Formats: sequence, structure tokens, C-alpha cells
Amino acid sequence: MLFEILPVLLAAVLSAVIWNFFFIPPLFTFNIDNTEDVLMFLLYFVIALINAVLTFKIREAEKKMRDKEEKEKELKLYSTLLNSLSHELRTPIAAILGSVDILKEGKDKVSPRGQAELLDEIEIAGNRLNRQVENILNMSRLESGMLKPKSDWTDMNELANVTIQKLLPTNQHNLIFQENDNLPLFKLDSGLTEQILYNLLHNATLYTPADTNIEIDIKHKSECCVIVVADNGYGFPEKEITLVFDKFYRLPNTKAGGSGLGLSIVKGFTEAQNGILKLENKKEGGAKFTIEIPAETSYLNNLKNE
Amino acid sequence: MSKAEILIIDDEPQIRKLLEITLESNDYKVSQAETGKDGLIKAANHPPELILLDIGLPDKSGHEILKELREWYNKAIIILSVQNNETDIVTALDNGATDYLAKPFRTAELLARIRSAIRRNQNTDDNSVVDAGDLQIDLVARTLTKNNELIKLTSTEFNIISLFARNEGRVLTHQFILKDIWGVPYQTETQYLRVFVGTLRKKIEENPNNPKHIITESGVGYRFQ
Repeated sequence: MLFEILPVLLAAVLSAVIWNFFFIPPLFTFNIDNTEDVLMFLLYFVIALINAVLTFKIREAEKKMRDKEEKEKELKLYSTLLNSLSHELRTPIAAILGSVDILKEGKDKVSPRGQAELLDEIEIAGNRLNRQVENILNMSRLESGMLKPKSDWTDMNELANVTIQKLLPTNQHNLIFQENDNLPLFKLDSGLTEQILYNLLHNATLYTPADTNIEIDIKHKSECCVIVVADNGYGFPEKEITLVFDKFYRLPNTKAGGSGLGLSIVKGFTEAQNGILKLENKKEGGAKFTIEIPAETSYLNNLKNE
Repeated sequence: MSKAEILIIDDEPQIRKLLEITLESNDYKVSQAETGKDGLIKAANHPPELILLDIGLPDKSGHEILKELREWYNKAIIILSVQNNETDIVTALDNGATDYLAKPFRTAELLARIRSAIRRNQNTDDNSVVDAGDLQIDLVARTLTKNNELIKLTSTEFNIISLFARNEGRVLTHQFILKDIWGVPYQTETQYLRVFVGTLRKKIEENPNNPKHIITESGVGYRFQ
């Protein structure tokens, strides 16, 4: 409190002294000769003081208002979070418990094929839960500010291949990646970067029609590792483009199955590595995500191999 | 042959139950400990063939248990860790863990790791020839054949393959490999490793984009199989 009001008090004193220096005779000294001028000086000081205190009060009220708005915004975000999460987590849990109930009820009630399908459902639900928990953990790592990128030499061709392999079991798209033999090694956080690419690809597989192309391109451009993921879906409505990286934001009328966290994690992990990201619609249709992460490179041309 | 005994040290009853059923139905004998302290006592009283050790125990850190066990126990210890905790995993491997599994893991993965770890327990005599599917590595003659065809390797490349072959099925950390091949001053020069693994894959893998022999363990190291 004292430290907040101190600056305004100081300003009041200072302005009174300056006023004395320039306007009370003898001019350009701090001296005051007669009683009338002393009174003038004091009066000016009091006015400056009142002015300062009032300003302080107003500022305080404004801050309170802002805090309240902030709190309301946070509350709204929190309830969106709860809605989204409880749906995203409870759906697979419901699938698991429901399947188990039927399987427990009796072998004669469900055909062997039905049983196999229920077991598949449990597996799918487990994987979905695992992915959501992963997303939530990543998000909280970002929010807590505890996320410190660990840079190490990374073969981006390999990273892309590994990521694609992870998606293959459930994939229904043409994932196209042409390995680039001229690519140097990049010094970046391979874990974060793999998650960025995985989330972009997973997002594309969720929201574009099956059997369409999803192209991955990795380049080295002006001290940056550039990752481009382009799909042949419907693209994004122009006015939504700035919003899609927001936490829990989901395009209106999108189908179920996402938490609205995937792309905001892409943004967070990119920015954590001082990178930038861009989303645009391709002229011929479809969306194109571009990630640029500044990174040291190594071509290791002089490596002895004998 | 009597059944190999496995000691599970994990505080979660659900995980213990799951492991117990999985392992017993695959012909292993199972003993369990709920705390690190109890685990140390059980291991000492009746040394098992393999220990599954959870890193996140409530009473004592799994890392400490691992260090204490390693003072006298030289058979396989597989670490159970949570996903995405590479620092924990690398520390445990550097402290003598044989291998690791990240929760949630799948049964096939668990059994493969256990089989390979137990095989290494029993197979202490040095085999001069290592078989890995279509690859045959002769450690003495320093040759590598793929489908009976000789593959030309540089000396460094062979050193790496030979290190991998002697530790087949086991994850090796980047640091460990660098230290072994290039020496201590190079143990952080991971770019060397990336380049050599890349060229090796081109020589030995059917499909270098989807390697079957030299597997990348993200943030940890490589596994040869």
C-alpha cells in the first residue's frame, strides 16, 4: 500500500517544488521570500496532493474492475474446460464400463463376434483416454511455465517417419512424406517437435474426409526448421483462423472426438521453442499449417567414417 | 526347467494384479512387494530371476532401491515408469537398470522385454555370432551378413553394430553408445550417432523409414533387435 501511494506523493511534492522554482520570485531559486508566496506554495502543494490521491484511487478502482473481469473470464474458461473434459474423459470411460458390464453378464448372451467387438471398444477407449490425458498433461506443463525445451540433435526425416508410424494403426488417410536427403540435423527438442507434428497430423485425420491426402514437408530455411502439414479437407472459415489455436476452441458444428487442446498445444510447444506458426487455406482447398522453429544445424560433412 | 521367478515391486494393487495374472499365465512364478523396503527384503531372501521395479514408489524412490539392489544383485531389473519421463528413464538405465517399460504398456511388449532380459541373464558365455532375423553378426571375424550376403561396413559402423549385437533387445542410452564408441569426451555429441545410425539403417534395414533392427527410443536411445 505504502509503495503504491509513494510515487503519487512524490509526484505531488516534486510538482510543488518545480512550481516554486519557476514561478515564485525570486525566480530560478528554491527560496520563498514572503508569507503570501509561502501560502501560495502550500496551496499548490495541497492541490497537487489531492490530485495525486484521487488519481491513485481511480487507478485502484480500475484495477479492481480488471481483476473482476479477469476472474470472470477465467471462470468461463474453467467451465468450458470442465464441460469439454468431462465429455472427453467420460465417453471412453462409459464405453469401457459398459462393455465390461455386458461381457460380465454372460458368455451366452453375446455372440463371440460381439465379444470381440466389445474388447476392441475397450481398447479404443483406453487409447483415447491415454491420448486425452497426454494432452491435459502437456497443457498443464505449458500453463505451469515449467516447460523447458531440451534441445538435442534431431534427424527430422526420422522424426517424421516415427510420427507417421504412430498414426498408421488407425489411419484412413494418405500420409505423404518425401524424405529430404539434403536436410541437416537440427538442434531442437525432439519430444516437443514430435508432439507438434503428431497433433497436426492427428487433427488433420480427424477433420478431413477419409482417403484424402495429408502432405508433410520438412525444409531448412534461414536458420529455421520448417514443418508444413497440408491437407485436402475443407479448410478453415477465414474469421475462425485466428481462433483455432485458442485453448478449448472448437470450430462450430465439428463432430465429437476432440478436446480442443490439440492445436493450442501445437502453438504452445512451438512458442516454447521460440518458433512461429501460421495457418492458411490453400487456393485449391484444404488447410496448410506452417511451423518455423529456429534451430542450429549440422551437416557433419567432415565426419570421419572409416 | 523350473519356472523363472519374477519379483514385482509396485505400490499399485491393480498393476500388481494385472502383472501377476499376465506373468503366471505365461509360466512365470510371481512374488510381490508393495513397498520398496519390502521389495529389498524379498529380493535378498530369495533372489528372483528378474525384478520389475516401479520408479514411483511412495516409501523410497525407485532410483534408491535400484542403487541398493545393484550393490549385490546382478540379474535383470526392468523399470516401470510413467510415459514421457525420459530423464527418469535415462537415470535408471545409467544406474544399472536392464530395461524399462513406460506405463501404460501392452502385454506383448512386457513379455518380449522380460524374455529378452532373462535370456541375457542365462546367456553369459560370449557368443561370437549374433543372429537378428535376416542379420548375422560375427563379432570375432568382424563381419555382417544380411540374408547370407556380406555387407560392407566401415570400422566405426561395425563397432556400433557390434555394440548393438552384444546388447540385443536392450535399450542403450545415447550417452552409453557415444562413450563406448568414441570415448568420454564425445558423450554429448549426439549428432555423430544420428548420422551413423542413419547410414547403418540404409545398409541393413529393408525399409530405413520403418526400421525393424535399430529402433529409436525417443529421448532415451536405441534398441537393437
